[in-house]
Amino acid sequence: MVGSIKDDHWLERPKTIKRLWYGFVILLLLSVVAQLFIGGKGYFGIDGWIGFGAGFGFLACVVMVITAKILGKVLKREESFYGESDD
Amino acid sequence: MIEWLSPTMVLLASTPLIGLLRGHFRATVILVAPLISLWLVWQVPDGVVMALSFFEYRIEPIEGSALRRLFATIFALMTFVGGLYAFRQSRWYEIAAGYVYAAGAIGVCFAGDLITLFIYWELMALFSTIVIWCGGTSAARQAGIRYATMHLLGGTILMIGIISLALESGSVDIVPLRASDFSTWMILIGLLVNVAAPPVSAWLADAYPEASPTGSVFLSAFTTKTAVFTLILMFPGEPILIPVGLYMVMYGIIYALLENDARRILAYSIVNQVGFMVCAIGIGTELALNGAAAHAFAHIIYKALLFMSAGVVVYRTGISKCTDLGGLFRTMPITMVCGVIGALAISGFPLTSGFTTKTMISQAAANESLVAVYFLLAAASAGVFLHAGIKFPWFVFFQKDSGLRPKDAPWNMSAAMILFAALCIFIGVFPELLYRHLPYAVDFNAYTPTKVIYYLQLLMFSGLAFFLLLPLMRRTRTISLDIDWLWRVALVALSRNLSSWVQATTVHLNTRRVRWLGQFNERPSELGYVTRKQKVLRIDLWRNWSIGSTALWIAVLLISYVAIYVT
Repeated sequence: MVGSIKDDHWLERPKTIKRLWYGFVILLLLSVVAQLFIGGKGYFGIDGWIGFGAGFGFLACVVMVITAKILGKVLKREESFYGESDD
Repeated sequence: MIEWLSPTMVLLASTPLIGLLRGHFRATVILVAPLISLWLVWQVPDGVVMALSFFEYRIEPIEGSALRRLFATIFALMTFVGGLYAFRQSRWYEIAAGYVYAAGAIGVCFAGDLITLFIYWELMALFSTIVIWCGGTSAARQAGIRYATMHLLGGTILMIGIISLALESGSVDIVPLRASDFSTWMILIGLLVNVAAPPVSAWLADAYPEASPTGSVFLSAFTTKTAVFTLILMFPGEPILIPVGLYMVMYGIIYALLENDARRILAYSIVNQVGFMVCAIGIGTELALNGAAAHAFAHIIYKALLFMSAGVVVYRTGISKCTDLGGLFRTMPITMVCGVIGALAISGFPLTSGFTTKTMISQAAANESLVAVYFLLAAASAGVFLHAGIKFPWFVFFQKDSGLRPKDAPWNMSAAMILFAALCIFIGVFPELLYRHLPYAVDFNAYTPTKVIYYLQLLMFSGLAFFLLLPLMRRTRTISLDIDWLWRVALVALSRNLSSWVQATTVHLNTRRVRWLGQFNERPSELGYVTRKQKVLRIDLWRNWSIGSTALWIAVLLISYVAIYVT
């Protein structure tokens, strides 16, 4: 039964999560391998390299998350900062 | 007389009926009026349909073109779906206000001159504020006042620009401009306030999440996109728009990453998405302008879908904080699936609408050899997946089990979401149906193997980054400071300090005067001692300085400017 107190939804089981991870990693590899077969050049040379999209996307996200984390140290305030109750 | 039966007028005429009728009759008006309006949008031919004269100016309330019909189509469609989503849950006046707001947006689309445009512009500002106030909380009231102040300010700047342009050129026609002198800069700034450009980007995420679950769906669609539409008409290829757009793109991502409120995450991502469009308008080629228009069209659909999905969660649970949500996929499958489709579309996954429109903008940047712009937009596409594509559905529907077991969406809300979710995929699979209605002929194919693989890599590895960096993204019960701190805190504090300093000085001077003029037998208070009551009154006046007095000063400046100019 969905919604019982003891949570046993199949999506939450460690086994399922492990399988999802395996599936995801296979997809990631496929997306890079596929590039070998379709060839194709990028607009500016560098973006035609094998796995460029993968590396660029990953690095861009790392940079953005870390930038946000650092900015958060300066910008984050308590919810009541402007003196409004939020609800 | 058929021309009077414009799409705008039909929608405006429906609003009193929404208030007067009850039950099924009201529901019928809510659902049918936008559809009639949509049909009428497609009856507007190219060129000026009607013209009047206003003093020595030619007013053209209705002018048609492919671009105008495209935007009016999506606004009318949005009104229908918004009405469907809201009609059983919202109070009638919220829907009526939303419909006037939408009518204003459609009015802007068909405005052939700047005066008509300005009137509809202000109509939108007014009624969107009412939609925010319909949120009903004290936070909504205060956010509404800040929102109205910002938009009246932006509207006034726009009006100054329009008046001085009209005086210079003798015409109020809408023509492509360059920001080169006072009047064109004023117009550009007035428009940029409404796209949430820096430094005033904060108004959007400040106000929209305070509206009701249904109200924020209306709000997500109209204001910024009418401004995008107007920028396409008036400032295509304006170079300053490229950095402005790139700033907005990055601003939206960073603030959305820091944010805890689910609807505020979506609000920041509006700024991000509109940044893509603004940047494309700055590039200004036919492909870029097509991309901006197509992206606006697709964006309204998936962003409304995301707001509807978040709205159902707020409607059912009353909660919008990520820290308190999670695990809702168990009992809200429809809301979750629709939310995920919206999230995939905004990220530009292949086979969704976002992919077929965002790639146009990237291609336009590549065609113009704008290397930095191209790579920044690619990085931003990864960032969109990070903050809206995964973060929103993950923290709301999955993450942890919050213990909440709300019911799924009511049927009308589900129907609205399913309709827009289907459209996200439909446009993704058959993009030519959208391309056909763009302002310029389209010679573009999104589905080349290179592009598809490139985007799949970009997005899926962003997903990997998200899950690996999850410990760094733990939600905190915080808000983030923005540039609006300057007028919400610093300016208020400054004016208070200034006021107490002025008072202290006055009292000090008067004390000395009393000492000097001691021979006169006057009571100190008549000489300028501030009684307690007066003091309270004065402080109150200072406290309201930012709203009341700003408006007054702007009016004075405006009148003196016009007076100087005319003489």
